[in-house]
Amino acid sequence: MEKGQPLLQINDLVVGYRNGKSGGRQVAGPLSLSMHAGQLICLLGPNGCGKSTLLRSVAGLQPVLQGTIEIEGERLDKLSPPHIAKKISLVLTDNVRSGNLDVHALIALGRYPHTGWLGMLTQKDREIIALAIERTATAPFLSRKLDSLSDGECQKVMLARALAQDTPLIILDEPTAHLDLPSRIQLMRLLHQLAKEMNKAILISTHELDLALQAADQIWLMSEGRVTTGLPEELVLNGAFQHAFDKDGILFDTATGTFKLQHTIHHKIMLVGDGTLAFWTKRALLRHGYLVTDEPTGLLITVTGLPEHPQWVISKNNSHISYTQLADVLAALL
Amino acid sequence: MNKIKVSVLLVLIVIAFLLDVALGAVHIPVKAVLQTLFSPAAADDTWLYIIEKIRLPKACTAVLVGCGLSVSGLQMQTLFRNPLAGPSVLGITAGASLGVALVMLSAGTVTSLYTIQELGISGSWLIIIASSLGAALTMILIVAISSSLKDNVIVLIVGVMIANITFSLVSIWQYFSAPELIKDYLIWTFGSLGGVTGEQLIILAVVVTTGTLISFFSSKLMDALLLGDNYARSMGLTVKRARLLIIGSTSLLAGGITAFCGPIGFIGIAVPHLARALFNTSNHRVLIPACCLIGTVLMLVCDLVAQLPGSQTVLPINVITALVGSPVVIWIIVGRNKLRGF
Repeated sequence: MEKGQPLLQINDLVVGYRNGKSGGRQVAGPLSLSMHAGQLICLLGPNGCGKSTLLRSVAGLQPVLQGTIEIEGERLDKLSPPHIAKKISLVLTDNVRSGNLDVHALIALGRYPHTGWLGMLTQKDREIIALAIERTATAPFLSRKLDSLSDGECQKVMLARALAQDTPLIILDEPTAHLDLPSRIQLMRLLHQLAKEMNKAILISTHELDLALQAADQIWLMSEGRVTTGLPEELVLNGAFQHAFDKDGILFDTATGTFKLQHTIHHKIMLVGDGTLAFWTKRALLRHGYLVTDEPTGLLITVTGLPEHPQWVISKNNSHISYTQLADVLAALL
Repeated sequence: MNKIKVSVLLVLIVIAFLLDVALGAVHIPVKAVLQTLFSPAAADDTWLYIIEKIRLPKACTAVLVGCGLSVSGLQMQTLFRNPLAGPSVLGITAGASLGVALVMLSAGTVTSLYTIQELGISGSWLIIIASSLGAALTMILIVAISSSLKDNVIVLIVGVMIANITFSLVSIWQYFSAPELIKDYLIWTFGSLGGVTGEQLIILAVVVTTGTLISFFSSKLMDALLLGDNYARSMGLTVKRARLLIIGSTSLLAGGITAFCGPIGFIGIAVPHLARALFNTSNHRVLIPACCLIGTVLMLVCDLVAQLPGSQTVLPINVITALVGSPVVIWIIVGRNKLRGF
């Protein structure tokens, strides 16, 4: 997959903000990164680590402090804005729901860098727009106004606009924010497909760790001004995730690839039983500060029955009390 | 569909134009108007004089003002992505007012008084030059400030603040001026379509045509700006350059019209909304001509109403545009579904 010349090559890049006198504020760097066509790369990192600043710099929306960005072998700062627009398209978090725009007009705006001075669409433009609509399945709401769309529909439309811009690199800034879980999964799947089937390089920033782990070809993990790159699996195994998101009360479970709330443990309890019932009982106990073990402690809980007709027995100091509601079990223990 | 709408608007313009020429203190039958317009030799001398010297220039002025203010209003609404922006938001009209106030209220300066009294208020070159200078200076100030600003919202706030400063300067001037001078200034602020004749009409026509053409040629830029500065930039637009172009043509339109006719409100805010609702589009290639058509109709109708058909009185045009324009603005705020968000 990683053959030939990279599409995007970032060398010793320092990003940040220039403030006239004080010389500016460095947000991240120096970074050296590269990206190939057909790759979906997820940029992950805690809030405020500089993800958006990096994306904006790569997109040419803000000047870099040091270093170079090359796209298709050409230096970004040497390209004119219309030229950049033919190489990079964006989906931003900016609100676009104004201006009486309907969906089709918005997607057609993607052709902006390719059309003449009056913005008339040629046959070829129309074909590319039609393809963008087809790939994103936005045809059902073409004639609707932007302000009547849901967040998920709006995000798809903005992606269609970026596709219509027909650039080798598409950058999306937190495209899954504000979406419900099915829409998030749908969008990530779509991005993954587009990267593979249309050979696009797609760079997104996101907080959807589990989705990123499943969909990304590579992850750029950003923290404390540095970026660690690698396959999702590599970054899980070498502990980079745990390090990047290291905060009190959060535990990265390398077994499942998810973050867990780290509960404060007050008691130990022995649990007998198995299956779904035992699993969810464990979760409830853990949330209430009980560490569940297989070794005998002063406290024993026996789980029996089917998930539909459960029974819990708490054994303590030779007394045995049985319960049919989990809430009662927890009440008894607390 | 659009062709039908355009045809209807064109027919409305012709009707309103003819009525505007026919009605007034002296009633001239439409038939006679047509005759006078197409074969002046055979026409009644008095009617010919009235039509040629008064009514026709006034109707033409109404057309130019309607086009110019509507297009500049549309540009401001798009640039600032704000439904209540109009030609006056940048303080250009205020600048023109300051220029006029300076001339009119510089109490007792014999020259200015003499000029005004001899030539009348609205036809005076002195007023026109003062007003143009005021508008141009404000525009240069705004452009100079805005070229160092990244965010269009900040440009908008700066414009509104400059307008405020300018108006308070005018107020200070009024406070220290003699009542009769203030009256002259007040009458100027009521606006007037009459009094723009001959050379002045030609100059106004050139100004409005140039401004509208610049606007039409930048329609693609304005389409991109609908998505906001960042998206516009990502599509290859140089936002600062586009902003200069748009502010420049707005200044030309609003400044020029204010110079010749005084400040005329509401048309600039209301017409773009009507155009968007009627043509149901956001494409400026359609909206700009639509604004010209609708603005022309509305301005001619306002002028007709101002003449109070059958009476000798002529109401100030600014009062009528406000009467017609304000309900439209209310309708926008209360929010017809089509206009939600803009």
